[in-house]
Amino acid sequence: MALKKTPVPFKGTPEQEAELKKVIAEMKDVPGALMPIMQKAQEIYGYLPIEVQTMISDETGIPIEKIYGVATFYAQFALEPKGEYQVSVCLGTACYVKGSAKILEKVEETLGIKTGECTPDGKFSIVSCRCVGACGLAPVMMINDEVFGRLTPDQVPGILAKYA
Amino acid sequence: MYRSHVLICGGTGCTSSGSQKVRAALIDEIRKQGLEDEVNVVETGCHGLCEQGPVMVVYPDSTFYAQVKPEDVPEIVTEHLLKGRPVTRLVYNEAVTDEGKVLSLNDTDFYKKQVRVALRNCGVIDPENIEEYIGTGGYQALGKVLTEMTPDQVIQEVLDSGLRGRGGGGFPTGLKWKLCAPNKADQKFVCCNADEGDPGAFMDRSVLEGDPHSVLEAMAIAGYAIGANQGYIYVRAEYPIAVKRLEIAIKQAHEYGLLGEDIFGTGFNFDIGLRLGAGAFVCGEETALMRSIEGKRGEPRPRPPFPAVKGLFDKPTILNNVETYANIPEIINRGAAWFASMGVGKSKGTKVFALGGTITNTGLVEIPMGTPLRTIIEDIGGGCPNGKKFKAVQTGGPSGGCIPASYIDIPVDYDHLAEIGCIIGSGGMIVMDEDNCMVDIAKFFLEFTVDESCGKCTACRIGTRRMLEILEKITSGNGTMEDLDKLEQLAYYVKNNSLCGLGQTAPNPVISTLKFFRDEYIAHIVDKKCPAHVCKSLLQYTIDPAKCKGCTACARQCPASAISGKVKEPHVIDQSKCIKCGACMATCKFGAISRQ
Repeated sequence: MALKKTPVPFKGTPEQEAELKKVIAEMKDVPGALMPIMQKAQEIYGYLPIEVQTMISDETGIPIEKIYGVATFYAQFALEPKGEYQVSVCLGTACYVKGSAKILEKVEETLGIKTGECTPDGKFSIVSCRCVGACGLAPVMMINDEVFGRLTPDQVPGILAKYA
Repeated sequence: MYRSHVLICGGTGCTSSGSQKVRAALIDEIRKQGLEDEVNVVETGCHGLCEQGPVMVVYPDSTFYAQVKPEDVPEIVTEHLLKGRPVTRLVYNEAVTDEGKVLSLNDTDFYKKQVRVALRNCGVIDPENIEEYIGTGGYQALGKVLTEMTPDQVIQEVLDSGLRGRGGGGFPTGLKWKLCAPNKADQKFVCCNADEGDPGAFMDRSVLEGDPHSVLEAMAIAGYAIGANQGYIYVRAEYPIAVKRLEIAIKQAHEYGLLGEDIFGTGFNFDIGLRLGAGAFVCGEETALMRSIEGKRGEPRPRPPFPAVKGLFDKPTILNNVETYANIPEIINRGAAWFASMGVGKSKGTKVFALGGTITNTGLVEIPMGTPLRTIIEDIGGGCPNGKKFKAVQTGGPSGGCIPASYIDIPVDYDHLAEIGCIIGSGGMIVMDEDNCMVDIAKFFLEFTVDESCGKCTACRIGTRRMLEILEKITSGNGTMEDLDKLEQLAYYVKNNSLCGLGQTAPNPVISTLKFFRDEYIAHIVDKKCPAHVCKSLLQYTIDPAKCKGCTACARQCPASAISGKVKEPHVIDQSKCIKCGACMATCKFGAISRQ
């Protein structure tokens, strides 16, 4: 299988690289360190493009296939960059029975992109997520870390407009 | 000495509805009114009634304020904290009697029937302060175990309590420990499964957020019992507050010598590391979880060898769920007989449920095993809102099944639910009313498992997808009766031929809805109707010419231009153009549009 590359050019800085190398040096000998290293790397770069995976491989000696295998197994590792504002609509059971599918539909319609995509200007991306644990407020969506609860579809454009 | 304590919830539910702003306003106002030496503000874990968040309890009178906003704070401080008069307007409405008397929190219907063991400290102590945990008897059990009991005695105590795994499997916890204890190795591990992945379940998160030390203490006790010096907690990265509080708790326990080397001067060493998940549901399965801690793809492996023999890094390992651990210190402190006195049959103690869906009081409830479902739904949950008819409750998430309304008097415990093909699971309880379509719910859970299947076994990877396709065919109105047979056959095939719990239980929502709601499937197939009006393809919107005034509002609203008609004359919907969005029905002021 060919390694998936994102069309967005890699814009890593030397500072980011130095930070990643420091993290790897600290954790290299901890048993089972690969996932924590990849989590830190994603914190530093925001996503895990093939360039970053290669760096981890070079520094730890873990084959790139293994790293790619882990990166593609877990939903949280992103091979594509996120938008400046990440809109996550909860499709967990509680939200779903309270109509969150309609909220997601409205978000897609308003932004003109589908779930998993990023707007061309890099501003918004949409993901559907599993339970964020705020079931009492269902249906729920999050924009970055801010939670919007007890939503109705007609509130969606107004909320998104605040970020545009 | 403070004369009053204000406990404000800092759990995920209340934080999402703004409890941090309320807390800031409260501290500010108390300082403004010069009460900082008299009133203490404590940020606690979850109180359970997330629907009413942000919530706040004022002690000593345990007045329960609900949906508090920052602008309400000055009134509460002036009236209640200064003058001693509860602000009735802001008190949780179930806690105010018809005569206007304010009840204490524990006298409300939601709390009255609960017995809090695993949640004993949630919403009561400050989870970021180890002294509050110690003040309520915390770490006494660890001290007792290390100084007065042998490892065998600890295992026997847990066995005698009858405690069974709260993560879903229901395996006796003491037996798990007993099987691992005699295995000799240079290193053994104690793991905690905090990868709470079932949609709609948040019990473990609330324990970690509200009482993290109880889990640390229990893991150290387990370590002593089986002879392990290292523990790992595998927690979902989606739980940032829980992760933060665990980090704080581990650090504080080290500072107090309750983790690390030579605990209580007994020569016993125990340390705990934190590992974050990365969003894979299958990692709740024990062998997959251990692979993930090792830094690999979280794929399950065949058992035997069982983790008790060959687990994490190929060393003997025990893995228990968060809620299971939270019970352990209480069992040690109060004795196995006390624990076993609660519950029924082979289900001892209490169980925490996350009550959600179409129910008045969503939140966390802890009840003795064997409590009738009716008590949970009607007394504690307050029934379905808006007078809707209760239809079923889904337990155990994607691995579980539905309990139909006709079984509302069933005692909720491992064995009674198993008899009707249901499981307690981790404790998610999603209530559904007449507006929920059971075929759609089965489809929803299958979409989840198709997504989360790790892809290792053919039966699960391909079988669940084929099942989903059949369900999609049925919900879009193209199903045949033969499809039902195929679906059932496939369900048992996937169940019997998958390697791990995910695949073995994935067909359960389908099997269970087929058993109890076959008529709904048949309605979709034969009558091409969705009785709950959920499945879009089977809906039909029509305009009643007798009621239509010809105002054109619906025609203007319709995004598909499917409605035509002259002004002041009855309009018609072109069914071939209609996209079933329902906009027309919402717009019509005359109730002329109906949905079938």
